Amino acid sequence: MAKYILQRIIYMIITLFIVASVTFFLMKLIPGSPFNNFEKLSEVQRNILLDKYGLNDPVPVQYATYMKNMVQGDLGVSFQFDNTPVTDLLAKRVGPSAILGIEAMIFGGLLGILLGVIAALKQNSWVDYTSTFIAVVGKSIPSFIFAGLLQYYVAVKLGWLPVMFWKGPEYTILPSIALAMFPLSIAARFMRTEMVEVLGSDYITLARAKGASYWQISIKHALRNALIPVVTVLGPLAVSLMTGSLVIEQIFGIPGIGEQFVKSINMNDYPVIMGTNILFAVLFVVVTLVVDILYGIIDPRIRLSGGGN
Amino acid sequence: MKKSKLSLLLVLSLVLSMFLAACSGGDKNEGKDKDGGKAGEEKLAAKQELNVLESAEIPTMDTVMGQDVLTFTTANAVNEGLYRLDPDQKVIPGVAQDMPSYNDDKTVLTIKLKKDTKWSNGDPVTAKDFVYAWQRAIDPRVAAPYGAYFMEGKIKGASEIVEKADKVTDADLQSLGIKAVDDYTLEITLEREIPYIESYLTFPLFFPQNQKYVESQGADYAKDSEHLIYNGPFKLAKWDGPTGSSWVYEKNADYWDAKNVTLEKINFNVSKDPQASANAFTAGEADITPKLAQAAILSQFEGTDELLSYQEPSIWWLKMNEKNPALANKNIRKAIALATDKKALVDDVLANGSIVADFLVPKGFSFDEDGKDFRDTAGTYLKADKKKAKELWEKGLAETGLKEVTFTYVGQDTETAKVTDAFIKDQLETTLPGLKINIESVPFKIRIAREDAEDYDLLMGGWGPDYADPMTYMDLWVTGGGQNHMSYGNPEFDKLIKAANEELQGKERWKALQDAEKILLEDDAAIAPLYQRSVNILINPKVKGFAHHAFGPDYSYQWIKITE
Repeated sequence: MAKYILQRIIYMIITLFIVASVTFFLMKLIPGSPFNNFEKLSEVQRNILLDKYGLNDPVPVQYATYMKNMVQGDLGVSFQFDNTPVTDLLAKRVGPSAILGIEAMIFGGLLGILLGVIAALKQNSWVDYTSTFIAVVGKSIPSFIFAGLLQYYVAVKLGWLPVMFWKGPEYTILPSIALAMFPLSIAARFMRTEMVEVLGSDYITLARAKGASYWQISIKHALRNALIPVVTVLGPLAVSLMTGSLVIEQIFGIPGIGEQFVKSINMNDYPVIMGTNILFAVLFVVVTLVVDILYGIIDPRIRLSGGGN
Repeated sequence: MKKSKLSLLLVLSLVLSMFLAACSGGDKNEGKDKDGGKAGEEKLAAKQELNVLESAEIPTMDTVMGQDVLTFTTANAVNEGLYRLDPDQKVIPGVAQDMPSYNDDKTVLTIKLKKDTKWSNGDPVTAKDFVYAWQRAIDPRVAAPYGAYFMEGKIKGASEIVEKADKVTDADLQSLGIKAVDDYTLEITLEREIPYIESYLTFPLFFPQNQKYVESQGADYAKDSEHLIYNGPFKLAKWDGPTGSSWVYEKNADYWDAKNVTLEKINFNVSKDPQASANAFTAGEADITPKLAQAAILSQFEGTDELLSYQEPSIWWLKMNEKNPALANKNIRKAIALATDKKALVDDVLANGSIVADFLVPKGFSFDEDGKDFRDTAGTYLKADKKKAKELWEKGLAETGLKEVTFTYVGQDTETAKVTDAFIKDQLETTLPGLKINIESVPFKIRIAREDAEDYDLLMGGWGPDYADPMTYMDLWVTGGGQNHMSYGNPEFDKLIKAANEELQGKERWKALQDAEKILLEDDAAIAPLYQRSVNILINPKVKGFAHHAFGPDYSYQWIKITE
């Protein structure tokens, strides 16, 4: 196990290095300047700015400088946000997005799994159809529609919850629900399909023949096996939720990282683009590792020894 | 999911382009805004606290480093320069005691400062604070994005300092045309007479900074509201730095004119989604929203006293690149300029109060000595006329020997821009036989890059003013000018601009600028103006005395009173 994890960590570092390099060169292909109103400046004025930020150096030199600083934990300073260090910027913005993502994941994931299980146990009943309907609606309607509807009816019309902003726990409820619709529908659909398949497999029939109770079969034998694909899907989904949703963050006025990331791309704020991308990549590889380790816990048949063997 | 993210991205870039283009002015609801002085007649609310939404974070509060309208608006509220704009866009003294006194050729200004203005750390505001800030702004080692842009060619010595680039020394900075004669007397030397210098000095780049304080903070200066000092009507609080999505203005009891500041507190929050802003307004959680451009949202509030609508001095036009041989032909350019039904564009497509622009210098923006609008004494040009457009088009085609023409049209990728561009394409193609338009919708930064490289045939763009004078729109088009980017050149036009810059004064100068505008539009059809944009915001009717400005800061909050 330890050897496996160590090996994975080495792969992770290589992955991150590749992600950072590819992002760096792709980013340099975006036309336009990272400075506002750059077009208004004279040649000399432009060069003063470019020199200050090392942007007059050849791209490979800029790349080497960036990588060297990155290894030392220095992600540079933002062009758009008055030289704020990118690490400070990320640290301030990552919290709200992560809280929303986790809430949405817990709410959507658990409810989705529950819906999926019930639907599978009561196949072709009204419960099944209702669950399928919710899953289809959740998957096909974009979250900003839910967000808009929730905001208008629950907050503006009924006044039950605040319309927007980020000032306390009650402010997280509406955006979390809006964000949860997607993981909910994914979890429900996968769970139902897998459950149905597992319930039809030989070992379940054997368990039944041996006289195991209904609940023992459903929860202990079926659910555990059916969870594997769901965990596979929900892991990366959790990361994408935690890294913020531009739409939800805009509608509810949440100072998260999703909105900032898109803005940094639009504004050619190179250090912020790089920093955010690296952060996302780190989250993804870590979560993938966690998911792989979880497999072993859920299903002892999957042995994590020396990956390559 | 993917699609939804994309469309919001478009909205975001629209918002960004809005504050990049900047500014406001020219009033529709005169009575509503300008009753600040009279508000006392109505009963004031017990709680003088306001909730305001902004559409972006404050990128910096270091006034020298500012280049964004929100920085300017905030700086104008929590700091103060020599002068400021009143609700009628008139220049009134701030830290200055009076209006400047001039030497004979109006190149040296002497300005006496008030002796009782204070920084929030207790230090007096002195002439040295201005000298320090100006020298910082021009210092190439500081690399203030707007410093050189605002000072070169205007403030004596600025160009020489900029040319030195990173070899500049502290001694070089002393040659900048600003001197502290004593603690309360400032002497400013200009390269040449600048007719609009007084309003120019209201710009936050020219605000004072306390050297002792700035240097004691080092890299932490302006990091957040705790690392700043203030000399304006309000003090900034609870601002977490450039990523902060909320902040507060608190009344500054030490402000010299504090007796005329009624508001105790303003709470600001960032809301980037226009419909969400409108929702927060409806729910009573906001008293003033950001600028809203979407017709669908505005229609919900049309005809109510909650909608404040006015024209800002932001002109949108179609640039025609004369590098393209077809567009080098005057008749073809004129045909394109005349072919679009601009009235339908503003009424049906934009539907947000924007007005038809048959001119280049916007309405309600620049005024002569008698207070007369530049537009009132100038003509209108290139009024839509499809029949004439077709005639000129055919004449132009015959002259160039072309039968069919295809133009690449570069537009922005916001929702509003896409609809506008599709409308114009349709208008041009149906009016002008043999014309084909290929629209390329690109993000703001890329549009700028394409314009810079002259990589387009037609390009939809706009311009907001940098100072309150028609010149900010006119000198863009001189031969080889930094903003021309369409290979346009006319010696006669250049001559008029040069004369207006260097020799002429008053009415004669005004006349030269109006003649230049006529050459540019009527004679040469160098550019096709389409519309002047309008600002729409939602504002609680109980809020009186809200002031908006034509350039620099968007708004002033200090004269606001909340009534019962």
